[in-house]
Amino acid sequence: MLSKIVRTVANQLMLFILIFGLYIIAHGHLTPGGGFQGGAVVVSGVVMLLVAFNSKELKKSLRERLLSIMESTGALIFIALAFAGLGTVFFYNFLVGSPIFGHIPTPGPNPGDFWTGGFIPLMNFAVGLKVIAGLSAVVLAIALFARGEEMEE
Amino acid sequence: MRRAIGLFLWLVLVASLVSGMLLIHPFGDPSPTDMDDYIIENAQNQTGSNSVVASVVFDYRGLDTLGEATILFTAVTGVLLLLRTQKRKEEGS
Repeated sequence: MLSKIVRTVANQLMLFILIFGLYIIAHGHLTPGGGFQGGAVVVSGVVMLLVAFNSKELKKSLRERLLSIMESTGALIFIALAFAGLGTVFFYNFLVGSPIFGHIPTPGPNPGDFWTGGFIPLMNFAVGLKVIAGLSAVVLAIALFARGEEMEE
Repeated sequence: MRRAIGLFLWLVLVASLVSGMLLIHPFGDPSPTDMDDYIIENAQNQTGSNSVVASVVFDYRGLDTLGEATILFTAVTGVLLLLRTQKRKEEGS
């Protein structure tokens, strides 16, 4: 565990890193970025916490079972959305024109409307959930293994 | 003898790498195809997404992203499984 200054600054910074990562995930259909990239940003914040505190402290707040459930939920949402358009074809974007994320932007450059994209924002959310939970679990497992401690059951 | 074989394999490797470097396409040579034009023209109307890259990744080529997500899932499962059993074996023996 590092000094009190480092721990306090890491605690304050984690909030902004979380907001930035969630912004990248939520605006994946408007700006460059998406689920994978935003998830990697959030996990970099988790690694910062892992350096500032030690892995034993972080284990108390990041439960491994919760991370597993989050990752499986993301994967299930992803596959369920892919199967939901099966009436036309696998991975058919069935939400375009519907009340949910259904606006269609004017072709060409435009200021950007958040309520567009069909199921792409939902896909980004599912993939982001999956990447955050999965990579956090991997980083935590490797850090605990390096210290010779066991991950809680 | 072993040195001769090693030299021969090294020469083959270098020859293949150099030939690959010489035969590579010039920058921008595979010119834009019909598919590129189709996606650029129709992506905003068909998927409603401003980011054409996102519409390709999650809609037109969604199956590739499914494989990518499967790779991530398998990697996470493997790491958790491997590190946990190793610890248990040490305790048992």
